[in-house]
Amino acid sequence: MKNTKRISIFCGHYGSGKTNIAVNYALSLKAQGIPVRIADLDIVNPYFRTKDSANELEEAGIPLISPTFANTNVDLPALPQELYSLVQQTHTHAVMDVGGDDRGAYALGRYAPYIREENNFDLFCVVNFYRPLTTTPEEVMEVMAEIEAAAHLPFTAIINNSNLGEATTLEDVLATKEKCEVLSHLTGLPIAATCLREDLVPDGEEQNYFALHLQKKYF
Amino acid sequence: MAEKVLMKGNEAIAEAAIKAGCRHYFGYPITPQTEIAAYMAKRMPKIGGTFLQAESEVAAINMVYGVAGAGFRVMTSSSSPGVSLKQEGISYIAGADLPALIVNVQRGGPGLGGIQPSQSDYFQATKGGGHGDYHLIVLAPASVQEMADLTGKAFDLADKYRCPTMLLADGTLGQMMEPVEIPDVEVTPVEKPWAVNGTKGKRAHNIVNSLYLKPEQLEKMNFERFEKYKQIEENEVMYESFMMEDAEYCVVAFGIAARISKNAVVAARKNGIKVGLIRPITLWPFPTEVIAKAAEQVKGFVSVELSMGQMIEDIRLASGCKKPVLLCNRAGGMIMSPEEVLAKIDELAAN
Repeated sequence: MKNTKRISIFCGHYGSGKTNIAVNYALSLKAQGIPVRIADLDIVNPYFRTKDSANELEEAGIPLISPTFANTNVDLPALPQELYSLVQQTHTHAVMDVGGDDRGAYALGRYAPYIREENNFDLFCVVNFYRPLTTTPEEVMEVMAEIEAAAHLPFTAIINNSNLGEATTLEDVLATKEKCEVLSHLTGLPIAATCLREDLVPDGEEQNYFALHLQKKYF
Repeated sequence: MAEKVLMKGNEAIAEAAIKAGCRHYFGYPITPQTEIAAYMAKRMPKIGGTFLQAESEVAAINMVYGVAGAGFRVMTSSSSPGVSLKQEGISYIAGADLPALIVNVQRGGPGLGGIQPSQSDYFQATKGGGHGDYHLIVLAPASVQEMADLTGKAFDLADKYRCPTMLLADGTLGQMMEPVEIPDVEVTPVEKPWAVNGTKGKRAHNIVNSLYLKPEQLEKMNFERFEKYKQIEENEVMYESFMMEDAEYCVVAFGIAARISKNAVVAARKNGIKVGLIRPITLWPFPTEVIAKAAEQVKGFVSVELSMGQMIEDIRLASGCKKPVLLCNRAGGMIMSPEEVLAKIDELAAN
């Protein structure tokens, strides 16, 4: 995935893989020697959070800004004030992992004026065509419109993260290529990357995929 | 064949309910089952159905009572504290002999407890929960695919016996994602001549009610209802038997605990311990005869549960206390590892 913008924001349908990609993306930036911080903006889901990768992020030297009550039993949709430093201090790169759907994107809205003013951001729409309610380009566009309205920011690119969890094959991913191209055509947005679990990337095709090295396994 | 999608257990329940012809959902959000409501909120308006976020769990279950009385497939879902709130309505639905689906994606308790998975509503689900003599048919899925399959089955059983049915899952199954196929089933409409859906001037009024002013009549209703329960016990027991053919020890577990236990059984077999697994799929009716038969074969049981030990009582009853039953449990939202189950199997085998 080409890195050109200072702020990389990951939005999309609930369960599309935003957190996983955001963490892997932050790790890849850091591996290229780019200072980066990552923030968990999820106010929707108390499970499967950026904080699950806290150890890996710490080892890599990537500061994590996460709600105080993340991964606890306190189901409280509150965000920490340090989050403002991501948009106001422009000397490091920022990765923002946003909650699913429009409900998650509302949290982004309050930072939108700063992000728009600086105008150095990518808002990625993470798509998994195997997820219910986003199985067609049209359905994805419906979700995208809802997210944009809530976030007060426009999408700038699409990330194809189509997968069937652990059962995913390369063929499953390739089978969604056409749908993603249609989505790109209909929205006028480029496809920034196609994600693939590390072990599925064919030899010699490393350039064509964003390999997900870190894959959180929950069960 | 339906296409494979990657679904959370909660979403699989919702989609399977829609495929089973359910067009009425009433609920109130609570973690870890909120995805069911969120999914219904998106889908129902598009297919001419009703999604309604009620003002409370009590309101939601009474809306279910109303729609069930009108003869439509209807459901509600919640998690443990919310299901406690629904108990009065569930008792009324049982007392009025109405088919409905109640989903409980359990979390740790008692009280507000926590949002992590649990199986500590086993007693509530299988022994009544609300007041009066009644049973729910209780189905316990152990995978996302089963969340879908058993949802359809639950609606069928509810209609067949005019009996409220519960899908008893837990936070793990509700939240985990797995590839799932939800086939388009052809829903054959069940005749519901008892439904309160308008006489059109052609028949006597139907009455849906759980109030009986004469005790003789109420007693009669209770006896008749228990005749129905007897039929359910005879005909509808579902369970999975794994490596039981030559087993000397038997693990009994349902839902996510059964999944964990399966790994432990396989590991124990590698260590030379002949152990098998019985996984009740219907928690009520409980596979009593299956356990009783196993009690003739094995030297002992291990009950694996995410509770302080509830199903273990049914295992003891079913086995007539003929063989020891050990408990391997975690509670409060904690989950046992396969190693913990294996250690308990070792303990049983050592004695």
